[in-house]
Amino acid sequence: MKRKDWRALATGLAFSAPWIVGFSAFLAYPVLASLFYSFCDYSILQRPVFIGLGNYRELLHDEVFWLSLRNTLFYAAFSVPLGVLSSLALALLLHLPLRGRAFFRALFYLPSIVPVVASSMLWLWIFNGQYGLLNWLLRPVCAWFGSTPPAWLADPAWAKPALVLMSLWGAGNSMLIYLAGLGDVPQELYESAAIDGAGTWRRFWHITLPAISPVLYFNVIMGIIGALQVFTQVFVVAGGAGGNANPLEGSPARSTLFYSIYLFSTAFFDLRMGYASALAWVLFLLVALLTLLARHIAGGRVHYSA
Amino acid sequence: MSATVAAFNASQERIVVEYLSVSGIDRKTILATAGGDPPDVAGVWVQNLASWADASALTPLDELMQERGISPSEFSSRFEAAYADAMHYDGHIYAVIATPASLALHWNKGAFRAAGLDPDRPPTSIAELYELSRRLIRRDPASGELTQVGFLPQDPGWWPWAFPRYFGGDLQGPDGAITYDSVPANVESMRWVESYTQLYGADALQRFAAGFGPFGSPQFPFFRGSTTMVFQGVWLNNYLRQYAPNLDYGVAAWPAVHAGEPPFTIVEGDMLVIPRGSKHPREAWEFLDYVSSSNAQAQSFEELRGLELTCFLQEKNSPLRVWSPYFSQHHPHPFISVFRELARSPRAYHAPAMGVWQEYQREINIAFDKVRLGQSAPEPAMHYAQERIAQSWRKHRQALARQGGAQPVQGAP
Repeated sequence: MKRKDWRALATGLAFSAPWIVGFSAFLAYPVLASLFYSFCDYSILQRPVFIGLGNYRELLHDEVFWLSLRNTLFYAAFSVPLGVLSSLALALLLHLPLRGRAFFRALFYLPSIVPVVASSMLWLWIFNGQYGLLNWLLRPVCAWFGSTPPAWLADPAWAKPALVLMSLWGAGNSMLIYLAGLGDVPQELYESAAIDGAGTWRRFWHITLPAISPVLYFNVIMGIIGALQVFTQVFVVAGGAGGNANPLEGSPARSTLFYSIYLFSTAFFDLRMGYASALAWVLFLLVALLTLLARHIAGGRVHYSA
Repeated sequence: MSATVAAFNASQERIVVEYLSVSGIDRKTILATAGGDPPDVAGVWVQNLASWADASALTPLDELMQERGISPSEFSSRFEAAYADAMHYDGHIYAVIATPASLALHWNKGAFRAAGLDPDRPPTSIAELYELSRRLIRRDPASGELTQVGFLPQDPGWWPWAFPRYFGGDLQGPDGAITYDSVPANVESMRWVESYTQLYGADALQRFAAGFGPFGSPQFPFFRGSTTMVFQGVWLNNYLRQYAPNLDYGVAAWPAVHAGEPPFTIVEGDMLVIPRGSKHPREAWEFLDYVSSSNAQAQSFEELRGLELTCFLQEKNSPLRVWSPYFSQHHPHPFISVFRELARSPRAYHAPAMGVWQEYQREINIAFDKVRLGQSAPEPAMHYAQERIAQSWRKHRQALARQGGAQPVQGAP
């Protein structure tokens, strides 16, 4: 390289230095350190002791690990498809040339800018088994069938479905991305299809869906990642459900013990940072695996415009 | 505490203590200690003490007090036995009590009157507790749903670990082994929990409890009158004043499980410790010594000192054996003598000092949840918990051995 090139390189590196330093110190090093600690017995307060695959072997026999994984997969299995369907439905509706469209777009997007903790507190009241808004609505309906509405967060059978319902609150965010995708679909395709006699459903299935497939794919992937890492809303809701509720225990009776909550309590309350690091890496691999699976399933169905 | 810190700063000129009130103190102190820059003094919960000491995160106080001419036994003798024991672990004093508490039965006199019961006669045995609970049940005439119950083991549900001890059981054997499901009294205590689920009905109780709010909110069931008898700490009076100022209540010892035995209670306390790596351990000890002392001759508020000043302002019982005349005669809590007597009982216990207590407590809570919800009979729920705790305990001892430390065998108090 010539002297001029060296100088250009040095200038480039100097300008990139803040990012390089930040990335190395606050991301790359902790990530690599956690990989090392996952092979160690490490309490954070004492020196790490290398134990090979000991933590990973322990995971296989840890019933609470499997339970937290099942709880998380249950949540992801319902919240992701429901989230995609509801946000896509909203986007399709609000893409129509309706009166007050801009107002409704803003209205449905608003929940996304409410802080998660604040909205979780709100949902605590909605799901309150005795005085909650939801049961106030459901009580007369259930009474008609001779039953009573569920106790939601106080009932181990209904606590997870309640959290799935709560996840739909943030559908406005994805809706906005779908709306952007819908805006990019070439109008001439719809016009040609209409001339050929295609109905609403066929236009949606053969034009809209393929055209927004990259957006759909993006939202599904982000949804899977978000659902597997869900923490804040569960922590607030499971801990604030009254009585002796404790988020670290996944109250009631570990029904809301999600993977990231188990990881958090293992690391910072049980002081088993090595084991928690192994949990984190398994989660990372799981997210990567499910993303690859989604990519494989999507296959040639995702159409990128030239 | 800030008043006590200010009093310490005013009492001498060499040391200035800066008081910082922070949330999540346990996790923040751990991270600061691991990072080598801890505060000189930190507040911890009593249940953290053993695990932190096992991780060498705390400075033993014995040497520091000896340097100042105070022997550990002399220091311990300032306190009631249960509190003194809570400060010890593995043969050392690791902490001093900053704000103590003991637990007693609180009952709603108004609800007793409405049910035709003598409002000045609380239950004295668990049989009476059960019978009064039955008579205090109220249901909505239209829906038949519960609107009021007597005693409810899950209210507030913070001390399911205490029930085995209440029944005379133990959570650890003398050799340190986990004995949760093997001591008959422990199982008996869980059957007692189950009896209340059966009394009220599992489904009805679940719907009823779904409306309970957290402690420190107006929806807390005892404040609302939803539950009418509760085991609670000395602090409850402060909250009642705020959330249910008109509630007419009384305080008494826990009803006896076995006739003639000394009264039972749990003692708790926020502790002050000197984290490992503290830059000023001697000065920190001087502060702790001040905080855990008192002026036994105090005749006025201005003469109150150290622990008595803190406890007076927080309306709590002092953990010290000797109370000054002003503290005992002018204490703002109307039932403070009950809490003092309970803390003096030979059956006053604190949470077991063991390095995996957080995990132990969590497993007990899960077993308790399963039984109170009617999901499981006591024996299988307790057996599952036992298996998990025993495994955690084995791993903890293994980890200690890896660090070259002794394997502690710390029996429950």
